[in-house]
Amino acid sequence: MTSLPQPGAKKLGLVIDLDTCVGCQACATNCKEWNTSGHMGPLPDQHPYSAGQEGVWFNRVHSYEAGDGEAGRTVHFPRSCLHCETPACVTVCPTGASYKRAEDGIVLVNTDMCIGCQLCAWACPYGAREFDEDQGVMKKCTLCIDRIYNEEIPEARRVPACVSTCPANARHFGDLGDPDSDVSKLVAERGGFELMPELGYKPVNRYLPPRRAPKVDAGPPKDAGPLPSQITNPLLRWVDKVLSR
Amino acid sequence: MPADGGATDRIITSAPIGDEVKTTTCYMCACRCGIRVHLKDGRVRYIEGNPDHPVNKGVLCGKGSAGIMTQYSPARLQAPLKRVGPRGSGEYAEISWDEAMEIATGWLKHVRETDPRKLAFFTGRDQSQSLTGFWAAQFGTPNFAAHGGFCSVNMAAGGLYTIGGSFWEFGEPDWEHSKYLMIFGVAEDHDSNPIKTGLAALKKRGSKIVSVNPVRTGYSAIADEWVGIRPGTDGLFIMALIHELIRTDRVDGEFLVRYTNAPWLVVRNPGGADDGLFARDADGKPLAWDRARGAILAETADLSPVLVGEFTLPDGRRVQPVFHLMAERYLGAEYAPEAVAERCGLDADRIRRLAAEIADIAFNHPLTLDIPWTDVWGRKHGTMVGRPISFHAMRGISAHSNGFHTCRALHLLQMILGAVDTPGSWRYKSPFPRPIPPGPGPAGKGAKPNTPLAGNILSFTHGPDDLLVEDDGTPLRIDHSFSWEAPLGLHGMMHTVIGNAAAGNPYKIDTLFMFMANMAWNSAMNPLETIACLTAQEENGDYVIPHVIYSDAYFSETVPYADLILPDTTYLERWDAISILDRPIGSSHGPGDAIRQPVIRPDRDVRPFQDVLIALGARLGLPAFTKEDGSPKFKDYPDYLTNHQRTPGVGPLAGWRGEDGSKKGVGEPNPDQLKRYVENGCFWRHHLAPEESYFKHANATYLANSKAMGMQGQSNQIVLQIWSEPLQKFRLAAEGHGAKQPPEHLRERVRTYCDPLPIWYTPLEQQQHDTEPFPLSAVTQRPMAMYHSWGSMNAWLRQIHGSNKLYMSRERATAEGLAQDDWVWVESRSGRVKAQLSLMEGVNRDTVWTWNAIGKRAGAWMLSPDAAEAQRGFLLNHVISEWLPAQTGPRLANADPVTGQAAWYDLRVKVTKVAPGEEGITDPLPTMLKPPPDMPAPPDILRYDVAETRR
Repeated sequence: MTSLPQPGAKKLGLVIDLDTCVGCQACATNCKEWNTSGHMGPLPDQHPYSAGQEGVWFNRVHSYEAGDGEAGRTVHFPRSCLHCETPACVTVCPTGASYKRAEDGIVLVNTDMCIGCQLCAWACPYGAREFDEDQGVMKKCTLCIDRIYNEEIPEARRVPACVSTCPANARHFGDLGDPDSDVSKLVAERGGFELMPELGYKPVNRYLPPRRAPKVDAGPPKDAGPLPSQITNPLLRWVDKVLSR
Repeated sequence: MPADGGATDRIITSAPIGDEVKTTTCYMCACRCGIRVHLKDGRVRYIEGNPDHPVNKGVLCGKGSAGIMTQYSPARLQAPLKRVGPRGSGEYAEISWDEAMEIATGWLKHVRETDPRKLAFFTGRDQSQSLTGFWAAQFGTPNFAAHGGFCSVNMAAGGLYTIGGSFWEFGEPDWEHSKYLMIFGVAEDHDSNPIKTGLAALKKRGSKIVSVNPVRTGYSAIADEWVGIRPGTDGLFIMALIHELIRTDRVDGEFLVRYTNAPWLVVRNPGGADDGLFARDADGKPLAWDRARGAILAETADLSPVLVGEFTLPDGRRVQPVFHLMAERYLGAEYAPEAVAERCGLDADRIRRLAAEIADIAFNHPLTLDIPWTDVWGRKHGTMVGRPISFHAMRGISAHSNGFHTCRALHLLQMILGAVDTPGSWRYKSPFPRPIPPGPGPAGKGAKPNTPLAGNILSFTHGPDDLLVEDDGTPLRIDHSFSWEAPLGLHGMMHTVIGNAAAGNPYKIDTLFMFMANMAWNSAMNPLETIACLTAQEENGDYVIPHVIYSDAYFSETVPYADLILPDTTYLERWDAISILDRPIGSSHGPGDAIRQPVIRPDRDVRPFQDVLIALGARLGLPAFTKEDGSPKFKDYPDYLTNHQRTPGVGPLAGWRGEDGSKKGVGEPNPDQLKRYVENGCFWRHHLAPEESYFKHANATYLANSKAMGMQGQSNQIVLQIWSEPLQKFRLAAEGHGAKQPPEHLRERVRTYCDPLPIWYTPLEQQQHDTEPFPLSAVTQRPMAMYHSWGSMNAWLRQIHGSNKLYMSRERATAEGLAQDDWVWVESRSGRVKAQLSLMEGVNRDTVWTWNAIGKRAGAWMLSPDAAEAQRGFLLNHVISEWLPAQTGPRLANADPVTGQAAWYDLRVKVTKVAPGEEGITDPLPTMLKPPPDMPAPPDILRYDVAETRR
C-alpha cells in the first residue's frame, strides 16, 4: 500500500463541458500524438493493421444516449484520469510506482518501478488506467506534465494537448484548488460536478452539464396587423404597402 | 512501506518539442486548417493547430491530430507501377518514372492528336482544381470534373444561382452575433473546426441552435432542439416555414425591395416565348412597377415598388412582380404546416412554433452595429442593421434528387427574413458574392485535336445556348453534365463517368485518368457494377475502357483496376495551393488563400501529382505548359504557382504579388512569393474594413475594392434572385421555344424541374419504383473523426471506427421483431447488403443509417483480411444504384434533374433478419485484393515514439 502525500493547495485538473462536446475525438488523438512521444511514451498499438486493433489511449470519448425518443440526448463523454485527491490507484500500488505529486496533485506512474500487476486498474472506478502490454507497465494521463511547465512552449499553449486542440472549447485546464481560478469560477457558474462523488475518491476534474435550451418567444407577432384568420387573401395586405429603398 | 515513486521518477518538464517546426495546411479533410508540424530527427513529433491561422485559430480536430498515422501508413504506394496481369488481379511491375511518363505521354498524345474528348480526367477531393481544370482545358477535353457532383453541387448551384454564394466554402453564419442558428443536414461535416468553434461561441452567448436532421449525432447532439425530419423532405419543411412567415406577415419587405428581384416584373404570357422572363428595357435592364411612375428600371435608386398585382406595360405585355408570384405559390394550401406535417414526420404545431421563433429573432430582435457604410446607390448609412438569425446546411439536404430546389428554398427563406449578409445572419466568405450566375458558360464545345478549350470547363449555364449538347440534344460530355439531363451540372457528374464510358454513351473513351478518387469502392454508387465496367472487355479481349491511369498516394481499392499507377506524395511531402482561383480560405472577414509546403522528404519513389501533371503538360506540348522552343515552361508546381498567370497579374495565389511583394490580388509574379507565404505560416489574408463587412452584395466600397483586387470583373449590385430566369429559359425550351430543344424523352422532365421558383417533389427514385416493399429511408454520414478523410485508413482512427453497424429506431425495430446486434439484410430495389443492427433513440423512425466508408475491401490499404473493416464493415453503396429505375428511353442517372448531383440519400430499403447461420460477416464480400510489389509488411505492434532517445 502506497501512501498519499499531505494534500497540497494546488489541484491541477480539467473541466470538461458536456454542453459543447460534439465527440470529434480531437482530444483523444491529439493526446495520443503528444504522449506517444512524450513523458510516458510510447502509447503502443496492438494489431494496428489487422483484427483486434487496440492501443493505449490516455483519453477516450464515449458516445451514448440518455433518455427516450426526442426528449433524450446524445451524449459525448470524454474520459481520462481525474487526478483524484484520494486516488485508490495510488494507495493500492504494492511498489510505490503509482504516486500523487504533492506540488500539483497530478497522479503519475514511475514505470521503472511498475511491475505490471494492474491492481491500480482494478482499483480505479473510472477506468482511467491504460496498461501497456508491450512493456508490461501501467500508463496513464500525465496531464501533459511535459507541456504545462514547458518553457519551450509559448505560455498560452502550456496546457494539456487535449485542451489546446479542442475545437469546441469544451476543455479547460487550471488549478481547481484555487477558488479564484478561471476553472473554479467556471465550475461555480455552470454547476460543474464530479463523477461518482459517493465513492469518496474526490476527483479533481469536473464536468459541466448541458445548459438549458434558451427560450425564444414563439407567441403571435407583437406588431402584426390583423390576425391571419381575419384575412381571406394575405397577398392583398401587400397591395398598399409602401416600401422604398 | 513501498518506495516513493515520485522521488525517483525522471520527468523532463521542459524539453524542446522537436528540433524543427514547419507550418503548412492540413489535408486530413477538406477544412484547410493551418498546422504546425514539429519534427524530430526528420520524423513527425507532433502536429498542432496554428494559432495564427484564420481557419482554425490553433485548434485541430481528431483527424488532423491523427495525421502522423496517415503520413506513416504502410499503405503508401512505393513506386510507379505498370499492370502486367488482368485488371483487378493486382499483378504489377515497378517501373521507373521515365517509363511511367513515357507510357502516359504515349497514350495521352494519341488521344490529343485524334480526339481529345476521349480523355476523361476526373479528380477526387482535389484541392488543386485550378490547376487540374486548367490542364484539362489546355488538353482540349471537356471531360473534366472533381468530386463535387457526387458531394454537394446542389448546395453550390442552389446558392450561386440564388444569392451569389452558398454555405461552407462560400459563406458562414455570423458566429459573433447570431442569436439563432438552424442547421440542416449538417451531420459531422463541412466544415469541421470552424463549425465546432462557432457552435461553442453561440452556446456561450445563449443563442439557440436547432438541428434539422434525421439523425441525432455530432452537431445535432449539442443542438438545443433536434428536429428529426424524414430524409428528402427538408424542402417541404422550409416551404412550410415560408408559408407561415408570409401568412403571418413576417417578411422583411425593405430587404426584398432593396436587395432581391422581388420587385422585378415577370412577363405573363402563357404559351409565349417570353412567358416567365423578366420584362426588360431596350438595354436589357429589368423593370419594376413604381407606385408613382409605373414601369421603370428596377435599379432606380428611389424606386417605391408595388409588389402585388398585375400590370400592363406600354407595349401591352402583362406583367407581375416576382414577389406576387412567390407569395402566391407559398401561400398555397399544399405548403401549410398541416399539409406537410405527415410527410416530413413532424407536428404541424411544431413547424408553426419554429416559424414563430425565427420570426421573433428576426423581427423583434434586430441587431444594430454602429458601422457607417455606403450602398450601391451612393447613399450613406450610419449603422448596419441586421437580422441575427442564421442558417447552415450541407449534404443532408443536398444529396437528394430534389436537393437543388431545397437549397434554393432555404436561400429564399433567408431572403424573406432579410438575413443575407447582415449583422447576425449568414455571411458571404470572400471572394463571394459573385454575379448570379457568374461569367460565361462552360467550355467544351468544338473540341478538336491539338487544341485547347477556351474558358473554364466547369462554369455556369445561363440558358439553353450554354448547354454542351449536339443539335439533337446528345450530351457532349461523357458524364452528361451540362446536358438536358443536368443543365446546371456545374461540378460534373463523376458518378456516371465510368458507367457511361463502359456503355459508350455518348461515345467510347480511350483513357480514364483519375486522381485520388476511390471509384472502385466507397466513392462509387454500386461499386461492384463500377468494377464490372472497369474490367469489361470487347469481344476481342480489349478492355472497353482501353487505358486507366490512376494517381493516389495509397493502396486504395481503385489501384488494382488501373493500368498505370502514378504514386503521389502525402500532404506533408508536397507543395500545394488552396488557390484564390479555386475555393480559397476566405472568410466573412476577407479573402485569403493558402499553400502547403513539404515538411517531410518522401522516402519512396513517389512524386507530387501536380508536378507530374505539369511535366505531362510539357511533354504533350500543351501551350500553357510549354515555352515557344517546346521546352517545359515550368520546372515544377512551385514554379507554376509563382509564375503562372491566368490573366495578366492574376495567378494561383493572391498574396504578395508584384515584384516586391507589395500587391494584393493583382500584380506581376513575385519570385519570392512562396517564401513570403512560408514566412507568414503558409497563408495569406486580407482584412476587410468595417464598412465593407456586411451587405456585400450591395456595398459600394466592398464591391469596388473586390473588383480592384481582381476578385471579380464588375462592381455592380448583385441582386439576389428569387425568381431564376436561367431556369425559366430551360423551361421555355422544354415548352418548344427556341432553337435548342431537349430530346423528347427529357422534355417533360426539364419543364417540370426547371421551375423558376423553388419546388418540392418526391425524390425521383421514389417516384419511379414501388416503395411499398421498401418502407425505410437509408442514409449515411462520415463520422466526425473521419469526415472527408480520403487517406481513409489510419492506425489510430480505425481504433475509433473499425466497423460500422446499421442504426435503427429502437421503437421501430422492436415493433418489427428486431433486436440489438441482430444481423440483417438491407435490401433495396437494386441489391442487398448484410450488416449488424444497432438500436438508438435519436433517429427518425422511418430511417436507418450507417457510417460511410468504414468498410474496406479485404486486402486493400494493407489491412489484413481479417480486419474488422473487411469482415463487419459494410458499404451502403452496394444497394445504391447509379441509375434511376428502368424507364423507356436511355437510362438516366440517379441524380438531381437540374444539377446532376448524385442522389445518395434517396435510397429506400427494407431490413430483415438474416437466416440462421448467416450472422457474423458482411456480404457482398468481393475477393481479396493483392498488394502491389514491394509494399512494406505492416507491423503487428506499433510503438510510435520519436523522442525515445531523449528519455
